[in-house]
Amino acid sequence: MNHFDVNDIRKQFPVLDQLVYGKPLVYFDNAATTQKPLCVIERERDYYLHENCNIHRGVHYLSQMATEAYENARKTVAQFVNARQPQEIVFTRGTTESLNLLATSLGQLLVNQGDKVVVSAMEHHSNMVPWQQMIQAKKGELLVIRMDKKGVLDLNHYEELLKQKPKIVSITHISNTLGTVNPVKEMVAMAHKYDIPVIIDGAQSMAHQVIDVQDLDCDFYVFSGHKMYAPMGIGGLYGKMEWLEKMPPYQFGGEMVDTVSFEKTTFNKVPFKFEAGTPNVGAALGLETAVKFIQSFDRQEVEAYEDELLRYAIEGLSSVEGMRFIGEAPKRNGLVSFVIDGIHPYDLGTIIDKMGVAVRTGHHCAEPVMTFFGIPGTVRASFAMYNTKEEIDIFVKAVEKAANMLR
Amino acid sequence: MTIKEIQDSIVEEFSMFDDWMDRYVMLIEMGKECPIIDPQYRNDNYLINGCQSRVWLHAELKDGKIYFTADSDAVITKGIINLLIKVFSGQTPADILAADMSFLDEIGLKEHLSPTRSNGLLSMVKQMMLYAEIMNK
Repeated sequence: MNHFDVNDIRKQFPVLDQLVYGKPLVYFDNAATTQKPLCVIERERDYYLHENCNIHRGVHYLSQMATEAYENARKTVAQFVNARQPQEIVFTRGTTESLNLLATSLGQLLVNQGDKVVVSAMEHHSNMVPWQQMIQAKKGELLVIRMDKKGVLDLNHYEELLKQKPKIVSITHISNTLGTVNPVKEMVAMAHKYDIPVIIDGAQSMAHQVIDVQDLDCDFYVFSGHKMYAPMGIGGLYGKMEWLEKMPPYQFGGEMVDTVSFEKTTFNKVPFKFEAGTPNVGAALGLETAVKFIQSFDRQEVEAYEDELLRYAIEGLSSVEGMRFIGEAPKRNGLVSFVIDGIHPYDLGTIIDKMGVAVRTGHHCAEPVMTFFGIPGTVRASFAMYNTKEEIDIFVKAVEKAANMLR
Repeated sequence: MTIKEIQDSIVEEFSMFDDWMDRYVMLIEMGKECPIIDPQYRNDNYLINGCQSRVWLHAELKDGKIYFTADSDAVITKGIINLLIKVFSGQTPADILAADMSFLDEIGLKEHLSPTRSNGLLSMVKQMMLYAEIMNK
């Protein structure tokens, strides 16, 4: 186990060590994508230097080695989220693809004309639009769990919605806009009382919290590699085997078939049934390395450090005149979202960018959340394990200076 | 003043600053001086697409010349539209259509603004040209 030392960690992220507009880069857009450590970059590079091959079909040496590496990556990810078996992990391009797969495939299995699906008021578009489109095609209804002005879901309302017998519940673990950590374990148990399967969007949680899908007892858990120090273009879907076996395939083509004739095609086993076409093997190996990188630290120590960063940022920003935090749930993780009275988030983001600070401004792919709070967007600073309090000091000063310029 | 003369004076003003902060301070000031659109036109019909912040633009033909008014919910964006208004307002449609826009490169606006903002800038120019085209008939 490596002792957690942020200065050592930063050395593994060369991208952080650069000047933008002549100022040291402060990268606080980690909820959009995290940077990648050298070990991950080298793993993917190594694959293309020495191992590149199409998998699962070749009889030759390289193909067998690449297949084994890819299947080992599946095992590593399965262990990371505590799945019962590696076959419960389906590799996808990321959270969005995982959710589209579920909306299509689980939708086909469970949702009939006029049925209902539950999402929450704080979903990213990726965990709302696929359900909305599917349910509209079936003339059903999308039920939305309400939240309060602090960004906390109303569990009484949730219970009311469950009584309407929806076919699927799909909710985010951590809100990408508000930072709210939802009580997903409790919400899964509530839905299971009505025999309703639950999908959890883990895009914002995998890098920051220990995920145990057996403990959560969720039916599905979806995530993106690139938000957890892994390459872009890879992500996954954990699903309970009994569901994955029952679900029809999502895409058709190579890899996912068993026998094919012009009259009839039979499909491969889980998880291959859901992995049509050549997968992104190099990125999957990068994801495995990223998982091992995260596991090389004491997770509690990292979590405590990231919590401290968040508290420190909130404290610093609180002193800025006109500060209004968007999302003030008691349990928050990884990010802080805010607006300043009389200042457009876009103006603020543009000015602090010139001071070397990278944050996200806008609606963060959650327009209904912005409508709920009556704002055009927020400024969002999101953190990763390589960020420091010194960077937060620079950020808070930049926000103050920009606010003074813009007022 | 002709469009070219106005452009030259803007380029000169901007070139006084080495620091990007100062240029932004100037844009913010310009934003605050923007001739504001009549509230009745501050609606979706006058909204320019392609900007991350919202921009409304209105044009009126008086004695053969076009007069623009605008507004935006972001002050830097308002500064940029006002910069364009300074160049084009009070000019004839034909002169606007014939204008050379390379001054935007000279003041570094196109180059230094973020891609989304830059697209917004181009959308603003396009919208002004569209008004000029319609009013040229």
